[in-house]
Amino acid sequence: MKINVNAKDYTLDVPDNTSLLDALRVHLNLTGTKYGCGEAACGACKVLIDGHATPSCITPVASVQHKAIITIEGLEKDGKLHPIQQAFLDEDAFQCAYCAPGMIMAAVALKEKNPKPTRQEIVEAMQGNICRCCTYPRIINAISKA
Amino acid sequence: MEGQATLNRRNFIRLSALTGGGLVLGFNYFLSSCTTEQGSGQAFDLNAFVRIDTNGKVTIMSPNPEIGQGVKTSLPMLVAEELDVDWKNVQVEQAGLDTEKYSRQVAGGSGSVRESWESFRQVGATARQMLINAAAAAWAVSPGECTTENGMVVHKTNGKKMSYGKLVESASTLEVPKDVKVKSEGSFRLIGQRIPNIDNHAIVTGQYKYGIDTKREGMLYATIIRPPAFGMTLESFDDSEAKKSAGVSQVLRIENKIAVLGRSTWEVMQAAKKIKAQWKDDGTLESSADMTQKLHELLAKAPKDKPRRKDGNIAQAFASAAKVVELDFDAPFLAHNTMEPMNFFAHVKADGAELHGPIQLPERARKRIAELLKLPEEKISVMMTRMGGGFGRRLMTDFVEEAALVSREAGNIPVNVIWSREDDMTGGFYRPMYSYKYKAAIDKDNKLIAWHHHSAGVGGSASPDSFPAGAVAHYQVDTHSYETPVSTAPWRGPTHNYIAFSEQSFMDEIAHQTGKDPVALRLELLEQAKNNPAGKVNYEPDRFAAVIRKAAEISGWGKPKAANIFQGFAAHFSFASYVAQVAEVEKQADGKVKLKKMYCVVDCGTVVNPSGAETQVEGSIIDGIGHAMYAELTLTKGKPDQTNFHAYRMIRMSEAPEVEIHFIDSKAAPTGLGEPALPPAGAALANAVFAASGVRLKNQPFIKSGLFA
Repeated sequence: MKINVNAKDYTLDVPDNTSLLDALRVHLNLTGTKYGCGEAACGACKVLIDGHATPSCITPVASVQHKAIITIEGLEKDGKLHPIQQAFLDEDAFQCAYCAPGMIMAAVALKEKNPKPTRQEIVEAMQGNICRCCTYPRIINAISKA
Repeated sequence: MEGQATLNRRNFIRLSALTGGGLVLGFNYFLSSCTTEQGSGQAFDLNAFVRIDTNGKVTIMSPNPEIGQGVKTSLPMLVAEELDVDWKNVQVEQAGLDTEKYSRQVAGGSGSVRESWESFRQVGATARQMLINAAAAAWAVSPGECTTENGMVVHKTNGKKMSYGKLVESASTLEVPKDVKVKSEGSFRLIGQRIPNIDNHAIVTGQYKYGIDTKREGMLYATIIRPPAFGMTLESFDDSEAKKSAGVSQVLRIENKIAVLGRSTWEVMQAAKKIKAQWKDDGTLESSADMTQKLHELLAKAPKDKPRRKDGNIAQAFASAAKVVELDFDAPFLAHNTMEPMNFFAHVKADGAELHGPIQLPERARKRIAELLKLPEEKISVMMTRMGGGFGRRLMTDFVEEAALVSREAGNIPVNVIWSREDDMTGGFYRPMYSYKYKAAIDKDNKLIAWHHHSAGVGGSASPDSFPAGAVAHYQVDTHSYETPVSTAPWRGPTHNYIAFSEQSFMDEIAHQTGKDPVALRLELLEQAKNNPAGKVNYEPDRFAAVIRKAAEISGWGKPKAANIFQGFAAHFSFASYVAQVAEVEKQADGKVKLKKMYCVVDCGTVVNPSGAETQVEGSIIDGIGHAMYAELTLTKGKPDQTNFHAYRMIRMSEAPEVEIHFIDSKAAPTGLGEPALPPAGAALANAVFAASGVRLKNQPFIKSGLFA
């Protein structure tokens, strides 16, 4: 099976229903995408699939064979961070930071659709991402300022 | 129990030459005593490590486990401050467990900064002095004529300069000076600056490796099936289907559990679902509803044990009271729910073991593994990874023990044992259930004269010297201990996390019943503790009063507000820090309330890194609100009812209130910060709800009250 991740083609020899999360983390060694709950309830595993922030834990890898998948490792372009990555950095928006990759991917997708989201639009779009350390105020600030 | 640990210094500063040139300066201080917070539990030694290479690059080792509390940034800042180097040129490396070089490699008890404050600065100052001595020797002047400036030694009058990189080789041959003075508080250049987390870049690019990301040549992933209920044991299992599952290489029985090993996490988790296991009930299965009942029965009895604290005579005070105020509270079990589920890498060999992963108490883990595998401790290496949260769960070592056993039983192969979220949420340990009965006596002059705290729960369930202890003439704390097969563990702000809610709600009730303003009542009691203390006072009344006054000031407490805005007050002292909070709720037309804002004032002594400190406090408050509002773990016949986030509600971004924080400007030594702002948050909210609705919230989660919008 072939998948395209961060603009590179990969061939995988895995069962069709293998989760995209496992394909990325174990088979492609892209461990930036995190396992959190396995039921699409926490957002730690979100990646972009054709631009949509999608939980990779419940996405069978076979279903994304002809789609463009972007992970946290693929956001930086020519040594320059994506504005959302830079904004998270500038706001120092981390405690344990395990949720950060999923938060950043969800925020990137939001900004693509809505470059100037209001606070209300931000919290609605980010409702599927849990930050157990509750760094929420800084994450909201980072997304607003990016 | 909550004061600063005393540093009893017998320092052995050691030097060794670095290959390639450079100065390695280690130190070893011993800590004679320590806090006995449930989170830390015992005395720990303390230590640190500096390296400067001949190019002037400074590497500061960070020996403490990083759990998201920011110590990999704040502790090296202490060294860099005294060493007088530009933070931009500092590189920080995580050190593994090394009890020869370091001490107190612990994340717990809000103790990392407060117990490193003196010694980490001392190592920086000593290294700086050696570099000065080396320059003075080269220039044939007295060291007193020299000073430093951002990585250079400078002669005070002739303007000569030499970089640390140039001096490091000769400095490394000099005797280590003793008792070097650290900077006086108030003259800091780095301490007090907003310094971003040292790992930020690796985090935003997804490069940072957590324990769960650990991979090694030949490593297998493993998942473990544990008993489905507390009080069940494994009888037998059929693994024939699982063994045929894609990617699976082994299925093993490990004591009372079944381990499935294979080439990927997803594959072993799928295979584990195909195992048919038979479990035996050992007759101790309990439901949480029965446990609440049992706690209440205990509270109906006279306590067996000696009071945990006894000032005056409460019986006489209650007999003479003009009014008696009473309130009861119940606390549910809580799961820790770290975002990174439990996991650990282990590679056990015939003569040693490598352990690698997220752990708050690496030293305890090594000791347990040494006992378990009958290996000498020095043959076991432990490397701590940045933790995706801990909250007390990673003070336990069960997940390390499992990984080591699986590695050994699978034939000494490297394994990464990863827990699913369901395993993590249902596999114990929990914040214990508690029940509390409070009773207070008010005399004819409307004065609080007696306070009785009566509690039942696993372990302590009381913080016997908590305010208003010291401020009330007749004060008694009685506890019942309760045994349950459900395994429990410290949970962020152990004991305090519920004591503060119940005690501060009760204080609000006393204010209400005596017709006093909640802030004025607390200040009146603190005056009493200052001028006429009853028994031991473990807090400084003036510092406590100062945070209370400031919180009242910044929140506009008692000032006119819109008719639909109500406030609640709470203040609590823990981990040697003072916190006062005001919750502000809005009451809707339908009578329901919504939390809008939290105000918080903290006195934690010197704030080392305001950026890290603010986010710790902000996060603690929202965490405290989230758990008070939404969280509980219930059990039916020993089996946890909530298995994942669809059922166990965590606070989300839209529910997080606005938070305004003020730190008291202080030159005192730093005190705890990772936990103290969590305990009072629930009480501040409950007291605001009382102001808005007249309903006293006595049980968590609050959402069940139906009062919230």
